[in-house]
Amino acid sequence: MSSASLPAHGHAPTEFSFSAENQATAKKLIAKYPSGREASAVIPLLDLAQRQAGGWLPRVAMDHVAKVLDMPPMRVYEVASFYTMFNLKPVGVHFVQVCTTTPCWLRGSDQVVHACKKELGIDLGETTADGQFTLIEVECLGACVNAPMVQINDDFYEDLDEASTVKVLQALKAGQKPATGPQNGRIRAAPLGGLTSLTDLPTGKKEPS
Amino acid sequence: MPKLTVDGIEVEVPAGATVMQACEAAGKEIPRFCYHERLSIAGNCRMCLVEMEKAPKPIASCAMPATDNMVIKTDTPVVQKARKGVMEFLLINHPLDCPICDQGGECDLQDQAMAYGRDGSRFHENKRAVPDKNFGPLIKTFMNRCIHCTRCVRFISEVAGAPDLGATGRGEHMEIGTFIEKAVSSELSGNIIDLCPVGALTSKPYAYAARSWELRKTESVDVLDAVGANIRVDVRGGEVMRVLPRLNEDINEEWLADKSRYSVDGLKKRRLDKPYVRKNGKLVAVEWPEALGAVAHKLTQTAPHKIAALAGDLVDAESTFALKQLFTSLGVTSFDCRIDGAAIGGGARAGYLFNTSIAGIEQADVVLLIGSNPRWEAPLLNARLRKRYLTGALTVASVGPQVDLTYGVEDLGNDPQVLDSLLEGTHPFAEVLRGAKNPMVIVGMGALTRADGGANLAAARGIAEAYGMISDGWNGFNVLNTAAGRVGALDLDFLPQPGGRNLAGILAGAASGDVEIVFLLGADLADTSALKNAFVIYQGHHGDSGAAVADVILPGAAYTEKDGTYVNLEGRAQRAQRATFPVGDARDDWKILRALSALIGKTLPFDNLGELRALLAQTAPSFAAVGQVTQAAWGPFGAAGALSTAPYAYAISDYYRTDPISRASETMAKCSALFVQGRQPDDLLERVGTYG
Repeated sequence: MSSASLPAHGHAPTEFSFSAENQATAKKLIAKYPSGREASAVIPLLDLAQRQAGGWLPRVAMDHVAKVLDMPPMRVYEVASFYTMFNLKPVGVHFVQVCTTTPCWLRGSDQVVHACKKELGIDLGETTADGQFTLIEVECLGACVNAPMVQINDDFYEDLDEASTVKVLQALKAGQKPATGPQNGRIRAAPLGGLTSLTDLPTGKKEPS
Repeated sequence: MPKLTVDGIEVEVPAGATVMQACEAAGKEIPRFCYHERLSIAGNCRMCLVEMEKAPKPIASCAMPATDNMVIKTDTPVVQKARKGVMEFLLINHPLDCPICDQGGECDLQDQAMAYGRDGSRFHENKRAVPDKNFGPLIKTFMNRCIHCTRCVRFISEVAGAPDLGATGRGEHMEIGTFIEKAVSSELSGNIIDLCPVGALTSKPYAYAARSWELRKTESVDVLDAVGANIRVDVRGGEVMRVLPRLNEDINEEWLADKSRYSVDGLKKRRLDKPYVRKNGKLVAVEWPEALGAVAHKLTQTAPHKIAALAGDLVDAESTFALKQLFTSLGVTSFDCRIDGAAIGGGARAGYLFNTSIAGIEQADVVLLIGSNPRWEAPLLNARLRKRYLTGALTVASVGPQVDLTYGVEDLGNDPQVLDSLLEGTHPFAEVLRGAKNPMVIVGMGALTRADGGANLAAARGIAEAYGMISDGWNGFNVLNTAAGRVGALDLDFLPQPGGRNLAGILAGAASGDVEIVFLLGADLADTSALKNAFVIYQGHHGDSGAAVADVILPGAAYTEKDGTYVNLEGRAQRAQRATFPVGDARDDWKILRALSALIGKTLPFDNLGELRALLAQTAPSFAAVGQVTQAAWGPFGAAGALSTAPYAYAISDYYRTDPISRASETMAKCSALFVQGRQPDDLLERVGTYG
C-alpha cells in the first residue's frame, strides 16, 4: 500500500481535535522534550491522533498535530508519509498486516495470506464492505522466531497456518478477542515439543526446591 | 582559521568553513546539486565527494567542516570514480528528455553529466514515474526529472518563509510536493525555478517559449518596486521572453520577486504604439509631428501658472529631469511626483530614503514597522528582514493591520496614537527600543499617503531621534518607497516650486478650471475624474488610467526598452539598459521631450544621453555615483500636526497588480485571482502531467 497519497475527499473527516484525555497525554508527551524542541513529539502525537481517528490519519488530524506543536503542516505530512505505521487512508476496525518477508514466507505465509483473502473475501490492500477488516502485506515485523505471523491492530498472532488464521479471523468477526501470541500451543518462543537444550542443570547448581 | 591542503595547495579558510569552500579557495571546482551558498546544507546529492587522507571512503565536501591539517584530493581516480557512480545513480530515474526540456542548455545535471559522468547507463529496468504537481500559475513541474536535491524545499521554508513544500514518502516513493493540492503561495516562489538544478521546476509562462542559447541577455534593473533588484532581461527577436535575477549582494542577493519576474507578458499587452490626439471626443492615431505640434501649440498658448506636470511611478530620472527642465523654462511651477499623495519630499533627503540600506538590515536588532507591509511593498527587503530574523535576537513590531510577514511580529495594534505614546515613552514597547543597539523604524506608504501623512512622518522622525536611531555610522530611519521612479524624481526636486501646486492642488485646479494643462509623464492616477475638464497630455507606455483621460498621447518606452537611471529606495542610482526597442512608433521618453522642447522654442541643452546624464549628475549628487548609496545627511522634514485616530491601511491591496505593466499582465491576473482573491480560475484547475 502506498502511503504517500490522500484518500478520496468524500471519506475524510473535516474536523479533528484531541479528546480531553488525549490532550492530557499529548501534554505529557511534549513535556518529554526540551522547550523549543516540541516538534520532536510529532511521532508520538501522530500515533495518538491515529488511534483517536480510528486507525488512520486524516489530513485534519495531521493539521491538528501541526497546530499543537506549532510546526508547519508540511513538516507533519513529511513525517506521516515517511513512516509506514501511519495510515493515510481509512482502514477497517481490524487492520490485518500479514508478514510475507523471507522467514515467514519460508514457514508458509502464502497459506496465511490465502486464508485471510478467502475468509475476508478481499484482496491485499482492500477493506471489507462492512469496514471491519483491512488486509495488507507488510515487511518483517520482527517476530521471525514465531513465523509465520500477522499483526492485527496492536496484537501479534504467531505460528499460524491456514486453519488457525481462519480461527483467529472468525473469532474477531464474532466480536471475541482471540488469545494473542502463538496459535499452535507454543509458549512464546519456546520449542513446541518441550526443551531441546538446557535440559539439565549447569554444573554445581542445585535443583530448586 | 584551519589550514589544510587541497591538491597540494595549502589554503587557510575561516573557522566553520566546509571542505567544499576550502576547495573553492584553492581554485578547485567541485560539482554539486544540493549545496547552495544561501541555503542550509543538506548533503544528500553526494555529487561533491572528494578524497580525504586517512578517511576510508570519499567524503561529502559540502557537509564536512574543514579542520587543520586535512589533506584533500579532488582529482584522483577514486574521486572520479565516485562522481561517475553518483552521476549514474542520479541518472537512473532521470528521463532522457533533454530535447524537450526547458532547462536544456542551462541545466546543471546536463553540464555535470557531460563533465563528470559516464558515457552510458547500465540500468536496463524501468525508470520510476512520478505524477506532476500543480504549483500554481507560475511554476510548471516535471517531477520525473526531480533528483531530490531539496533546494526548493529549503528555499521555500528558509528564505521565503512559506513552508508549503516538502518531501513526502520514502525511498523509491519519495516525492517533492505540497502533499495537498495547493499552489506555492509566496511572492518569491519563482526563485525555486532558478534553484532547481534540473528541469523539474520550470517557468510556466515561459514554457516552451525559447531555448536559452537563442536569447540575447541584457543586464538591467527592475522597476516594479522601489528595491531596484538587479535583473537580466532575456530577449529573442525583439520580444522580452523572461527576466532573471542578477547577483547583487547589497540589494537582492540572487533572488527576485515574482512580480518583477513574471510581469513581462504585460510588456506586450495594452501598449501605446502610436501617438494619439483626441478629435471630437475620440482618440485618433496620428503621426508624431501632429501630436507634438498639438502639445507645443497648447503649451505656448497657455499661461504657465495654468500648466502642471505629474511624474509617475515607473519613470526614469532622465525623462523626469527633461520634463522638469522644459517646464521650468516655460515658467511652470506646479510639479509633483507623489501621485499617491505621499507626504515625503520637501525636507532633508534622509526624509524619503531607506537610510539603513537593505544590507544594513542585517545589523539591526529592533525593527518598528509603521503602516508598512514589506512582504508586498518590497518582497526582497522582506526576505532580508527574515534573513536577519533567522539569525536570532531580532524584535519586529508593527503598527498596522495584522499580516503574515513570514517572521514573528509583535502587534502593537492599528492605532496611530501608538506613535504618540512611543514618543512620550509611555508605551511598553518604548522599553524595547531604548534597550536596542541598532533600532530601525520603517514607515510605509500606508502611513504617509493619508491626510495626516506629514504628521506621521514627523512622528516617525521623532521616534528615530528619541530612541537613538540616528548616530554616527547608523541611521535607523527608513521610508519604504513603493515606486521605482519616486526617489529619483524627489532627488531632482520634481515637487511644487514656489507658487506652484501639489498633487491635490493640481487636481482641484483641474476640476475648477484653474489648471488647464496637465502633463502626465507615466502618471496613472487611481482617480482621474478630476482631470475631465483639463487638457491632458499622457506620455507613457501603457494604456492605463492616464491614457484613458488623455487628449494627446505620446507613446514612450517601457523600462526594458530604454536606457534609464532609477534611484532605488536606498538612494542608489542604477542604470537600466535597453534590451529591446520600443514598440511601434514609441520613442525614448527623454527624446520625445527633447523634440517637444525644440518645437516650443525652448530647446533643452542636451543632444544625447551622455550630455543629459552629465547634467543629471550636476543637478543631484546621487546620479554622479551610479551603483553607490549616497548617504543623506540628517535634517528637518515632516510636518507638524496631530495624528488622526483612523487605523492604517496598507498602500498595496493587491501585490500582483500595482502598476500599468503588471496590470496588463495575464500571469499577474491569474496570480491575483488565486493568491489575493482566493479564486480558482478555470485554467488553474488544469490537469497536470503529460497527456497525449
